[in-house]
Amino acid sequence: MPSKVNDKARRLSRREFIIKLSTAAAVSAVCGAAALVFHSGEPVNRRNNKIYTFKNYRVSDTSPTLPKIAIAHGKDADKMVRAAVEKLGGIGQFIKPADKVLIKPNVGWDRQPELAANTNPDVVAAVVRLCIEARAASVWVTDVSINDPYRSFARSGIEAAVLKAGGIVKFTTGNDFLDTDLKGEILKIWPVSAFFHQVDKVINIPIAKHHSLSKCTLSMKNLYGTLGGQRNRLHQDINVSIADLAVAIRPTLTVMDATRVLRTNGPTGGSISDVAQGDTIIAGTDDVAIDTYALSFLDLKVADVPYIQMAELRGVGISDWKSLNPAEFTV
Amino acid sequence: MKPAKKLITLLNVRRAYSVFFFALFLILLYITDFRHLKGYETPLFLELDPLVAFTAFFTSFTVYKGLVLSLLIIIPTIFLGRFFCSWVCPFGILNQWISHLFNKRRAVDDYRTNAYRDLYRVKYYILAALCVLAIFGALQVGLFDPIALMTRSFTIGIYPAANYIAGGIYIKQPLFIGGLLVSVIFLLIVAGNRFITRFWCRVLCPLGAFMGVLSMASVLRIRRDIDKCTDCQRCLRYCHGGCEPHGQLRYSECHLCMTCVEQCPEGAIHYGLSEEASSVHRPVDVNRRRLIETVVGAVVLFPIMRSAVNEANLPQSGLIRPPGSIEEGDFLRRCIKCGQCMRVCPTNVIQPALLEGGLEGLWTPVLQNRIGYCEYNCVLCGHVCPTGAIMPLTVEKKIGKKPDIKPTKIGTAFYDHGRCLPWSMNVDCIVCEEVCPTSPKAIWFKEEELRLRDGTVRKFKRPIVDTQLCVGCGICENKCPVHDKPAIRVTPIGETRSKTNRMILKG
Repeated sequence: MPSKVNDKARRLSRREFIIKLSTAAAVSAVCGAAALVFHSGEPVNRRNNKIYTFKNYRVSDTSPTLPKIAIAHGKDADKMVRAAVEKLGGIGQFIKPADKVLIKPNVGWDRQPELAANTNPDVVAAVVRLCIEARAASVWVTDVSINDPYRSFARSGIEAAVLKAGGIVKFTTGNDFLDTDLKGEILKIWPVSAFFHQVDKVINIPIAKHHSLSKCTLSMKNLYGTLGGQRNRLHQDINVSIADLAVAIRPTLTVMDATRVLRTNGPTGGSISDVAQGDTIIAGTDDVAIDTYALSFLDLKVADVPYIQMAELRGVGISDWKSLNPAEFTV
Repeated sequence: MKPAKKLITLLNVRRAYSVFFFALFLILLYITDFRHLKGYETPLFLELDPLVAFTAFFTSFTVYKGLVLSLLIIIPTIFLGRFFCSWVCPFGILNQWISHLFNKRRAVDDYRTNAYRDLYRVKYYILAALCVLAIFGALQVGLFDPIALMTRSFTIGIYPAANYIAGGIYIKQPLFIGGLLVSVIFLLIVAGNRFITRFWCRVLCPLGAFMGVLSMASVLRIRRDIDKCTDCQRCLRYCHGGCEPHGQLRYSECHLCMTCVEQCPEGAIHYGLSEEASSVHRPVDVNRRRLIETVVGAVVLFPIMRSAVNEANLPQSGLIRPPGSIEEGDFLRRCIKCGQCMRVCPTNVIQPALLEGGLEGLWTPVLQNRIGYCEYNCVLCGHVCPTGAIMPLTVEKKIGKKPDIKPTKIGTAFYDHGRCLPWSMNVDCIVCEEVCPTSPKAIWFKEEELRLRDGTVRKFKRPIVDTQLCVGCGICENKCPVHDKPAIRVTPIGETRSKTNRMILKG
């Protein structure tokens, strides 16, 4: 008896047969080709991540007669910054028209300006204005904050000050890091805030603060804020890592904020009684000299701070700041 | 020629409301963060929610702050009926849109999917169980309340997912422990619309049931004129509530969606007072026997819940609650697991508890210092909590002010010397001391000379916690380089809110 499920298949025409067969052959060929192309001894195919290096942010053609370090005392942050940079030869020495400028203040903490855990917003604003006057193409301000970045930039007053001065705040998010070769003794390849690879000039604006392990956080230590990754491990060799950073990143210009100085309980502070008035701005191109000068605010000597000596030995600068033809004045 | 359609009809007004309120929900939840929260009433929907106000009233006999806004829903419902569900409720509106997408839109299916089913009674039993538990003092309304459920699901699942795809909502991709569970429940409920139109609203929603009960006294209702009606049943086609407008309307199921009014070809349906030829209505449909069973079940469940360990009767799992949280017993009587605090927290430290605080504490907020830490100067979570489980603090009240205001402690940090680098690995570290936010720092260190394996002698800074100063913020635990199980960990002992979870006599 024939089956009840009795729909009969159609016989293929020659044309249909050839089409079917060639389709099958094509699919097989694609499978085979893919297998050949992707055949590998590695379990995971990684795209080669580009490893970046820092570009040279320095300007070489500064006149040798100009001071390398300028120290301004006074009360008005804007005037002090202007006068100090003027003494170094003016902002035009450092920022050329159409330069992209990145400013790196210390915005590590969710703290008000008076507590001196972050750079004074007036100082940051003054530097932003200078860069805009030098006709920079863009002026970015960034940091890799330790507390919540939004809170840190807002409550430090820096976000508002930068926006008012005409700069742009760049918050570093999780994806904004690029693997960079710092070529240091312990800092080899490390994730670095991508903005440093997108600009022509870098201006470092640290604040002078106490720090229990490294004794002080000044301009070279402020460069910690360029790094992402597990930077809490750097404490295990803090002096070498700071020296490594100082060698790897050479800012175009450093403007140290010592208008307020956090003398105790650093680097977070938290109480007005931890803060002393410094009323000083130190600008220059020699980070070792600037840091050495700033030690006086914290009652420290070069011998107390190993990383300054290390950086000097590795050619970052000269700790004998008096030999650099310093310009010290009051505005 | 067809007469021109009127633009301003009750149906179109309702549609405009639904778009407005759904968008408002998304916007209010979006601005629940540090950068956008500028005194807006971000928990508005939770405060409008009558079920939250009603059940939380029974657990603690207060109507906390903004919860009084629920009167804006309760009183109109008494007069107008259960309008909330299709006009205001963002979850109801979402379910309506989704089920409209899922519908096959063949008339023959619509009549079946929109017919009333006995299954729709279930929501009244859920409501009864939640109310009985609340009267005894256990608040579990957050598990089933649609606003709490939607806020929680969007906070933990949808917004982070949107950020993962497009970015722009958070600065750092948020992570939530057990977040998948919350999201999958939400997606399953939404997928339920595939099988029963507005599955959640018709079958499960205790808030809908509550509104149904409230609408018993309503004078304005959908009315069908039995003289004009030709029993064509077109009113049933797009019915939201499954309330049988073609027969004896079940007013407690009716969302006042107004589609039947517009659909009726005879003009036999209107919304208003009863007229000469208006059909009778059917009361709330519950099986009295099932209702009694549910109530008895809840009555039996309560002492069983109270005999299980939770954080209030035996603090042992180390749950750290957000700063400003009230004492644990009261906390469980107030928290509706809505997740507002998790949304606003800038460091993502506030996480939905799984079972670590007992089943009762499911999805209540706990601090997980491996993910974030409590930002020292931040008081946002207390300001968005709709029920006062977390009280709003001023910064001064949180961090203290010498000499009179003591800081609000949420726990105390402890060293695990065996894992601490300077304590047992002869390695410099004290990151914990660096990040400690108090002044003077609660973490200090002593310098000790140690003879190393090779005979040399070196000094190490070994950190110590000052329990008098430690506020339990957990930044030390979060930033500890001993990453998987930190060498310093915070437990809630010493927390300000508890009189019993204490160790130091003078502290």
